[in-house]
Amino acid sequence: MVAKRIIPCLDVKDGRTVKGVNFVDIRDAGDPVELAWQYSKQNADELVFLDITATHERRKTMVELVKAVARNVNIPFTIGGGIVEISDADVLLNSGADKISINSAAVRNPAFIDELAAAFGKQFVVVAVDTKFVNGKNWVHLNGGRIQTEIETEDWIKEAQERGAGEVLLTSMDHDGTKSGFDNMLLKKINDSISIPLIASGGAGNVQHFIDVFRESDVDAALAASVFHYGEILIPDLKEELRKNNFAIR
Amino acid sequence: MIGIINYGAGNIFSLTAALERHDIPYGMVNKPEDFDQYDRYIIPGVGHAGSAMHKLEETGLVPMIKGLTKPILGICVGMQLLTQFSEEGNSVLLGILPGKTLHFSDRSKLKVPHTGWNKVQIQREDALFDGIDDGTYFYFVHSFYVEYNTNFTSALSEYGIQFSAAVKQNNYYGVQFHPEKSGESGEKLLINFAQKIA
Repeated sequence: MVAKRIIPCLDVKDGRTVKGVNFVDIRDAGDPVELAWQYSKQNADELVFLDITATHERRKTMVELVKAVARNVNIPFTIGGGIVEISDADVLLNSGADKISINSAAVRNPAFIDELAAAFGKQFVVVAVDTKFVNGKNWVHLNGGRIQTEIETEDWIKEAQERGAGEVLLTSMDHDGTKSGFDNMLLKKINDSISIPLIASGGAGNVQHFIDVFRESDVDAALAASVFHYGEILIPDLKEELRKNNFAIR
Repeated sequence: MIGIINYGAGNIFSLTAALERHDIPYGMVNKPEDFDQYDRYIIPGVGHAGSAMHKLEETGLVPMIKGLTKPILGICVGMQLLTQFSEEGNSVLLGILPGKTLHFSDRSKLKVPHTGWNKVQIQREDALFDGIDDGTYFYFVHSFYVEYNTNFTSALSEYGIQFSAAVKQNNYYGVQFHPEKSGESGEKLLINFAQKIA
């Protein structure tokens, strides 16, 4: 039985880890390689790095980050942020990234998913989706939730799977930053409708929220940031609680 | 010293980084003459088994690999290449192991790719797993698997069905999981291959 995965997410800007209490307000939380190493020692199952560097130096800083992480860390990791062409993905693969995550670039150019899957295999392609509930429906949002699209979340995720996504990272913008729990109903609905792994994101505030998301939606993995970065939840304690609740946990 | 079969199928940065963290010396096997410099080998591999086999054939290394008497470890697609055939692209492979590489989705109701940490059940005592407990979790990411076969399956995992997590036949070894991404247990396995396999 494959284990449920616990994934800390590190937002990185100009080579430093940042995490805001929301998507606009950010504060510095340290060296990403050091943090990654710490998390691997704590038995995190995987790591996600989202690079939000906005300068033209971005690609260079991402490559340096990926190489430094791959040299020092012995668990899988995903890198996302500003990957818009095949050559971006290629250089990250060759620097040691296990997967790349694409978000807006896939919405703007869905064929990009097909191209990445054909070039590197589905297992390399994570499609990240930001969703928000507006007027009775879940809509795909871009730019950290600021721009609403006219695409329904469930439809987009099914399309991404058809095109060759190997995994979906779904962030509920309604729950993100609230620490009130994951969006279990939506996650269950999506999880039941796809045949690739689903990572839940947005809303983790305590250990019970992880138990709830796995129990209620059966997602493959749960991702969180600040609760891990600020030590509010320690991964070994979280995993022990999940084991007590009879989940397969590494 | 380990010779890594260098045929361009997937990146080897993480593998060489893991070897470097443990001061395990390695070099690259690019042409048949290079085999003599090493006492053991790794066949890495990520991606499509058919295209990996095609790339391997283009290097001209296949006859040497088939005739090896020194230990060789295939990782992920590198292990699948040891089998006779893959349903991925209906490809004829090296044919060293008398078994096939099959697709999960026709036989397992679970999600594909099989992504994440799964328990490895050791079937036969082997120096590769020295100091590694039965039931240890390793990191997998694959859509195709080498069928379970008591003749060569040295460790199995379950994902809807039982499949080969590790294989061994004479000097030929393979692991479906990624030891370079499987935490300390994975690094232990790489150290065992470098130091304990004769």
